[in-house]
Amino acid sequence: MKPFALSDSGIDTASLLRELDSERVGAVVAFEGRVRDHNEGRAVRGLAYEAYAELAEAEGACILEEARTRFQITQALCVHRVGELALGELAVWVGVSAAHRDAAFAACRYVIDEVKSRVPIWKHERYASGETEWLHPGA
Amino acid sequence: MKVTLLYFASLRDAAGCAQESVASEAPDPRALYTEAAARHGFRMPLERVRVAVNGAFAAQDCVLRDGDEVGFLPPVSGG
Repeated sequence: MKPFALSDSGIDTASLLRELDSERVGAVVAFEGRVRDHNEGRAVRGLAYEAYAELAEAEGACILEEARTRFQITQALCVHRVGELALGELAVWVGVSAAHRDAAFAACRYVIDEVKSRVPIWKHERYASGETEWLHPGA
Repeated sequence: MKVTLLYFASLRDAAGCAQESVASEAPDPRALYTEAAARHGFRMPLERVRVAVNGAFAAQDCVLRDGDEVGFLPPVSGG
């Protein structure tokens, strides 16, 4: 599979973890971002993600390559959902394998932070009030 | 010059379409955005918008060519 992928259906974390299997690996760190029921004081009922797919896949691949350059890791993978998601669903998954845990933790943190700030994906929240809103941080 | 404009998230909602073809003499994406903002009533200031040309991030003042595909990206919120 490609190191960075967009998915319009549920993320199969078990098969992703198998991708990280290797006898050279002493540490695997995974991050799961999930849809929570509140944001900035508002009750959230669900959300949808929209992506500029072509550019998101290129930028995501670039981030994972940076992680492999900056940290002593074996492999890094990331899958991000697009489309409609329900509360509690897995929205984004990052998995990193390495010989040692320090590099695995650091690289995992790097990947999720960079994905959130750089990859062209947008969150559209649906609130209990019936309103909806695109999130554009930094206003 | 004819170019294709791509809109995402709140800009797509404000434009009422995900893409449109326009004929314009705008020399760069910055000027194209100003035209599009006037046409569609965008309230997102240009400073908050990132530009992509033909599927790659580009500068707001890059030189455009006939047939380019120019995307206007509001601040991202993945994750």
